[in-house]
Amino acid sequence: MEEKIIIAGFGGQGVLSLGQFIAYAAIADGKEVTWLPSYGPEMRGGTSNCSVVVSDEKVASPIIANPDYLIAMNKPSLYKFQNKVKTGGTIIVNSSLIADKVERDDIKVVYLDAGALALQAGNPKTANIVVLGAYIKLSGLFTQELVAKMIQEKFAAKPKVIPANLKALELGTHAV
Amino acid sequence: MKKLMKGNEAIAEAAVRGGCRAFFGYPITPQNEIPEYLSRRMPEVGGVFIQAESEVSAINMVYGAAGAGARAMTSSSSPGISLKQEGISYISGAELPCVIVNIVRAGPGLGGILPAQSDYFQSVKGGGHGDYHMLVFAPESVQEAVDLIYNAFDKADQYRSPVMILGDGMLGQIMEAVEIPPMKDPTTFPKKEWATDGTGVGEGRRIVNSLYIEPDVLEKVNQKLAATYAEMAANETAYEAYKTDDAEVVLTAYGTVARICKSAVNMLRAKGVKAGLLRPITLYPFPSDAIAKVAAEPQVKRFLTVELSMGQMVEDVRLAVNGAKPVDFYGRTGGCVMSPEDVMNVILEKEGK
Repeated sequence: MEEKIIIAGFGGQGVLSLGQFIAYAAIADGKEVTWLPSYGPEMRGGTSNCSVVVSDEKVASPIIANPDYLIAMNKPSLYKFQNKVKTGGTIIVNSSLIADKVERDDIKVVYLDAGALALQAGNPKTANIVVLGAYIKLSGLFTQELVAKMIQEKFAAKPKVIPANLKALELGTHAV
Repeated sequence: MKKLMKGNEAIAEAAVRGGCRAFFGYPITPQNEIPEYLSRRMPEVGGVFIQAESEVSAINMVYGAAGAGARAMTSSSSPGISLKQEGISYISGAELPCVIVNIVRAGPGLGGILPAQSDYFQSVKGGGHGDYHMLVFAPESVQEAVDLIYNAFDKADQYRSPVMILGDGMLGQIMEAVEIPPMKDPTTFPKKEWATDGTGVGEGRRIVNSLYIEPDVLEKVNQKLAATYAEMAANETAYEAYKTDDAEVVLTAYGTVARICKSAVNMLRAKGVKAGLLRPITLYPFPSDAIAKVAAEPQVKRFLTVELSMGQMVEDVRLAVNGAKPVDFYGRTGGCVMSPEDVMNVILEKEGK
């Protein structure tokens, strides 16, 4: 098993931490993983992305040409990466910010109103966790319980934000 | 228990575990997490952390601390390492141990902050003046970086020479699972009978210096250094041979690019091209003998050296192959990074497939 994921969006949307949660879950699950951020001169509002490779074996290249999954949190990211997704792959589109439809019929496309679901979870900043929930459901790599545990561990210093994030994870999981 | 860590932070922690108790640096992307981490960590272990006023003063603080017997290090990225070259030459001339981490960014000049391997020449040929070299390790993963820097201070002490860890922006920024080794006990480190640490009163003077004004004396110093480098070559040369046994096409690459090439090797093999990879782990001493041996294998048709540069290590590969087989080059620069597919396509084109 080897799964390559590109997660992209505006800086501040939590795309890097979304990728880190996948990486933490992979380690907790005994898998090998690389998490490689784009680290250009980026700032809040600029574009940001990370490449995550999850594998049963030691990961060779952390550079991804053709991902199995693309998580597009904003429109520029969708247009930058949509044609790179491999045939049979999946794009998760954050339809809260992207009105466009993907014009490819050789891949699966899931439209997710992550912003609305995050508000429903009680914190608009949890849109990335909504998408994380959708991703783990679609990929089937990790259980919701495992990722929920990661969220509790990583937010241990900020316990107030945990309930909304857990709710966001659940809403995302059930949305797809 | 393996832990997910960013390359820069893992390198910093492993340096502490390896006995480093003095860090001097100046900020520059993409290695800033190293000083950031050590600014918190050094006080916890009774060590020294100083953010110097410049790279030049940082490397001279390393010179001073190393002369006094401390396990000292500095880290920077390409333009900052250029500024440190004078100090590195002095440290080599004074035969002092230290560790230098270069998390390379794209050049020349201020260049860009993205990954590159364009400091190969500067690292292995002696970036400063004079006939000196140092051990240069090029880890391909966070775990290998941890393991190499953990023992780098021992190697530096053993050879009384600087040791360089040469990474790139990817290695610094990537997160991977690592096993961090246990803390070394500083009381077990060999005594430094040459250090100007206030001990040895009445035994004769201890002098740390790189000025040898008498030509005969300086020539002896150079001969001694050359003997040290020969010893390094005999004991420290390291490389990984990946699927080279039956390889007809041999890739050579180091650091993170070698991982991209490993994926390319596997993709090529799936297409029926017998590819392999020879990955230098030490760039100085360079594994010339291993490359020459592979070049002499009758089934080997060609080499392709892959680098994030316009072609630097390829010169050493060509010297090692010595005309036995063609050595081609493929590189990207400026912070652009090739994918495994790119490397595969270069080979497929050469093979006429």
